[in-house]
Amino acid sequence: MSVKHQDRRRATQTRWDKDVAQSCIREHLDREGPLLPILHALQAEFGYIDEAAEVLVAETLNITRAEVHGVVTFYHDFRREPAGRHVLKLCRAEACQAAGGDPLAARAEARLGVTLGTTTADGSVTLEPVYCLGLCATAPSAMLDGRVVGRLDPARLDVLLTEAQK
Amino acid sequence: MTSLRLHIPIDAAALAVGAEDVARAIESAAARHKVAVEIVRNGSRGLYWLEPMVEVETPAGRIAYGPVTAADADGLLTALLGNGAHALRLGPTEEIPWLKRQSRLTFARCGIVDPRSLDDYRAHGGYRGLARAISAGAAKIVEDVIQSGLRGRGGAGFPTGIKWRTVAETAAPQKYVVCNADEGDSGTFADRMIMEGDPFVLIEGMTIAGIATGATKGYVYIRSEYPHAIATMEAAIAAARSGGFLGDRIADSPFAFDMEVRSGAGAYVCGEETSLLDSLEGKRGVVRAKPPLPAHKGLFGRPTVINNVLSFASVPIIMDKGGAFYRDFGMGKSRGTMPIQLAGNVKHGGLFETAFGITLGELVDDIGGGTRSGRPVRAVQVGGPLGAYFPRALFDTPFDYEAFTAREGLIGHGGIVVFDDTVDMAKQARFAMEFCAIESCGKCTPCRVGSIRGMEVIDRIIRNENRAANAALLEDLCNTLKFGSLCALGGFTPYPVMSALTHFPEDFGAPPRLQAAE
Repeated sequence: MSVKHQDRRRATQTRWDKDVAQSCIREHLDREGPLLPILHALQAEFGYIDEAAEVLVAETLNITRAEVHGVVTFYHDFRREPAGRHVLKLCRAEACQAAGGDPLAARAEARLGVTLGTTTADGSVTLEPVYCLGLCATAPSAMLDGRVVGRLDPARLDVLLTEAQK
Repeated sequence: MTSLRLHIPIDAAALAVGAEDVARAIESAAARHKVAVEIVRNGSRGLYWLEPMVEVETPAGRIAYGPVTAADADGLLTALLGNGAHALRLGPTEEIPWLKRQSRLTFARCGIVDPRSLDDYRAHGGYRGLARAISAGAAKIVEDVIQSGLRGRGGAGFPTGIKWRTVAETAAPQKYVVCNADEGDSGTFADRMIMEGDPFVLIEGMTIAGIATGATKGYVYIRSEYPHAIATMEAAIAAARSGGFLGDRIADSPFAFDMEVRSGAGAYVCGEETSLLDSLEGKRGVVRAKPPLPAHKGLFGRPTVINNVLSFASVPIIMDKGGAFYRDFGMGKSRGTMPIQLAGNVKHGGLFETAFGITLGELVDDIGGGTRSGRPVRAVQVGGPLGAYFPRALFDTPFDYEAFTAREGLIGHGGIVVFDDTVDMAKQARFAMEFCAIESCGKCTPCRVGSIRGMEVIDRIIRNENRAANAALLEDLCNTLKFGSLCALGGFTPYPVMSALTHFPEDFGAPPRLQAAE
């Protein structure tokens, strides 16, 4: 699905810098099949994959820009714009659906005033669906900035939402 | 001064329900009580409704308490310093009936050992399989794995030993061992548990595969949704390397093998082996047509063993105890044990490893204890998002590859998601099509376009527009997906859709199926 970010003013990571990007790329050049590790490194550094990064990667790996662009857009993880200050992922897969995930997702959307896949107007939270965190016996589950949370109920979700909106 | 040795899981699902807070709270309670407490952060035993579970070492073995919250820390510590009595006391861990009735072969150490300690792994029987593999040699390893009857645990169920033999017999200057740890099926978490709880068993299994086939390089492709598993695997690989179990002369043998972790990037389809290989090569994860088989032309066009985490993790015990030992578990053509995962709206959810042959009903009602909501079980989805929904009428189905196939289902990676009677099966059928549309790699038209059309047709059925004609159209469309797609994503999406329509017609506005029909 497309991940739309309504607000691009608040990047949490460093601003685009060609030299930094170049060193991210160089670090992985001696690996077999280096493109995904490079893209992960760039996203970890900048929070998203800048268009200028695609050009740089293509030149360095001697592949076309279209190939790089194709890979960036194929994988759900890679962002083309910065996310909000916090990223809240709600699991929307079957085990979490069975355990009451649907009304929780609706509650999160209503309280944040966004739909899944978008960022709040103030740039505080990007709310995203995720298809399985592997926490299916303690469902429903979520991940806030890399921290996993299980056995979600409205009260536990509200605590997460408050934390994310800070 | 009294000293206590405790075990608190660092497994992601235990962390998700507060295991870290519990560990911190016990540490500070220990400081207040002025007692020395050593906390080992192990994997999970897989009894998730009891997580966070705290175990204490006693002369009589490990005693479990759970589910513990941070607020229980003071009281629990006082109890542990006294006679051990506490409201959350579960007794000796190994005696908990849910654990005791399992046959833990692949998961023998999970939840017991410190996952980052090579010494602990070896102290619990680790690397005995490798030692035997090194002395037995390549041909005998392949023979043992074939004899064990082990079939690919990722879902396809192809005999692991046959795959290994094909790679062994294919000459090439470089061969690879690739572990598919892209465990994307909802309702499954066994791979994650192994990687977080007993990562060395996976390293050992892959190393044995390398010796058996002549491959010297391994990759573990782990989905990015599993950051804890990635970190633990990386730590374990580094420990194995510095301990001489990876590198040029593994365990002082002439064999060389090394491996590394690669992170996926959120594409479900990369769990399909050929798209995983393309992803590893740095491409879009698009499915390849077979032949050529990965065993002939796999990663970078080289002969490649690609297996699931559980397949590799089952190999060390097969090498240690022999193919016949493993084969003695199971039924029919499904040999050995299967780590079954009970998930969703289930009272006793977790990892239940048992010999093939147990019925679905026993698993859901008896072991799972029914729903957590307390309402009646209406449907279970077995085998992930591409698996069929089974009604109660089919709960006599034994857990076995062929038995599930015979009932238009699949066991897949062994996940069972339980739904209560509030489930709307038309909505679930629609979701199956929606998920296929979101995750399709785009190569095959039936999958890429058919899934979108499928959502639209189901919407029309739900709205009662030409219901009978649209139901027939949906069945026709499902056949197109089933027979016109290269991989399981398009090919198996019809399973959840058609099983929902067949077994729960009333949710699609048709008269209910007669109970006597099954």
